[in-house]
Amino acid sequence: MGGWAIAVHGGAGVDPNLPKERQEEGMRLLGRCLDVGISALRSNIPAIDVVELVVRELETDPLFNSGRGSVLTENGTVEMEASIMDGPKRRCGAVSGLTTVKNPISLARLVMDKSPHSYLAFSGAEEFAEKQGVALVDNEYFITENNVAMLKLAKEVNSIVFDYRIPAPGTVGCVVVDKEGRCAAATSTGGLMNKMRGRIGDSPLFGCGTYACELCGVSCTGEGEAINRSTLAREVAAVMEYKGLNLHEAVDFVIRNRLDEGKAGLIAVSKKGEVVSGFNTTGMFRGCATEDGFMEVGIW
Amino acid sequence: MGWAIALHGGAGVPLSMPPENRLPREAGLRHCLDVGIAALKSHMHALDVVELVVRELENFPHFNAGKGSVLNTLGTVEMEASIMDGKTKKCGAVSGLTTVVNPISLARLVMDKTPHIYLAFHGAEAFAREQGVETADPTHFITPENIERLQQAKEANRVQIDYTQPMPREAKKNAAIANGDSQTGTVGCVAVDSEGNLASATSTGGLVNKMVGRIGDSPIIGAGTYANHLCAVSATGRGEAILRGTVARDVAALMEFKGLSLKEAAAYPVDQAPPGTVGLVAVSSTGEVTMPFNTPGMFRACATEDGYSEISIWDSPIKVSN
Repeated sequence: MGGWAIAVHGGAGVDPNLPKERQEEGMRLLGRCLDVGISALRSNIPAIDVVELVVRELETDPLFNSGRGSVLTENGTVEMEASIMDGPKRRCGAVSGLTTVKNPISLARLVMDKSPHSYLAFSGAEEFAEKQGVALVDNEYFITENNVAMLKLAKEVNSIVFDYRIPAPGTVGCVVVDKEGRCAAATSTGGLMNKMRGRIGDSPLFGCGTYACELCGVSCTGEGEAINRSTLAREVAAVMEYKGLNLHEAVDFVIRNRLDEGKAGLIAVSKKGEVVSGFNTTGMFRGCATEDGFMEVGIW
Repeated sequence: MGWAIALHGGAGVPLSMPPENRLPREAGLRHCLDVGIAALKSHMHALDVVELVVRELENFPHFNAGKGSVLNTLGTVEMEASIMDGKTKKCGAVSGLTTVVNPISLARLVMDKTPHIYLAFHGAEAFAREQGVETADPTHFITPENIERLQQAKEANRVQIDYTQPMPREAKKNAAIANGDSQTGTVGCVAVDSEGNLASATSTGGLVNKMVGRIGDSPIIGAGTYANHLCAVSATGRGEAILRGTVARDVAALMEFKGLSLKEAAAYPVDQAPPGTVGLVAVSSTGEVTMPFNTPGMFRACATEDGYSEISIWDSPIKVSN
């Protein structure tokens, strides 16, 4: 009971035939990001700053589907979105439709802290980014060879990809509870491979892909449409709040009962220092650590 | 049991309103309620009913949706909407529309005709063209009242929540607009049909003087709109408060997880939100209706199969019939 805890994810729904080196690469990256988060927590950095810091690391590395390495729209471009939520007052910030912002999660943070709004998108968000002086790059920066090849494949089978048969990298997220018991959550993504332009998924929507309140912090990944219909992240908190379930029971309940035919996963922390992950997909890249020294990274 | 319908034309109405502002809006509520009642009586599905009623509300220039949408900081219109089917939990949403005459219908098409739930800005406009929905020049949506509101907001250098606070000094300014004219926020409709199907729809132009690209609660499932097998909810007010409070979802969650009645469940998130920020309309699968708000007033109307109907702005109904 008590103490800090952190969890990270790199996407639910993993190809069981994913080459071992790719699996290890992913786990190494998650391990590295956990270390970044752990150092920050040990130096008493608040939860809201830790989740941003860790997600920036995940965005910057091209391995997962966020920031650099984001999957591509049907036009072969990148449109990124992200959201961040601070448990104590449920302050929140989100962005969608970013094409030049190097770290979407940091822009979401700025929307929360420096604008009168909670959610900015497309050209309005890009303008805000410029005014805030955040790092901007050409859209090409985000595009990787792997994703170009995957888009081609997706177009050939004419599908929008959430299906490990055409393996696509996953959304990233981080949830943290700090020593003071404050929870925070952050999620960032390029969305669905071959998505329609302008498509918004679950990652930027508070209550769907991301949620944090006094009790817990949650970040989801998987089929955006399923996560939205089930308001998945809020659901975890709602059953804790209204049904009195603990974090484990809440995550279990939600994954078991709320997804119907949908496939998704999530990571969650509680203000008591607990950390849980749950998923009904084949695998989810994830890692977690707690103050008492426990640390784990896994996929299956 | 039986069918029920409730609709709103925005929370955040000042305490007094001159007749020239109040009467057209009352008439609008009455007209839209009648449309909804007729549809339910002819056994139209709840999802079609809420879309139909919200289309009417969007076309009505005195409410902040479709034509009559408030203006962003550039003086243009950016509209958003969402719709949800309680039985299947299918949903559709749109944001950043500038030429689509009926945003709620485009949201419905996103739900029915794409593998996605939410399309925005240029992608949504492109989809609208593909689907051949009715579009108009962006100027079609702009009304003189809204140009005036934007100017006031810029003068006061603030982003206006959806209503003017009644303030003596503003009453002396341009009386026709500032004095008691509501910055009406958002329209919405919830319904349960005689088969017990529930549905919710919400549509808006957002906040006066909002930043370009600002998205509020109306297109966000769980915040401004929600429907499941227990109830259907459409919220209105300060978007940022409704988002963080996941208002529409919470009403249903309280019914489901705490066994609260519709009325109790709906009152809770409204009471929890900062005063003057939230209102909602909700119906239950058993044909109950509730319309709580923590603002001075909310444009609203409702009717149930047993013959009850009501049109109200402030606390006491303007017109009730049994």
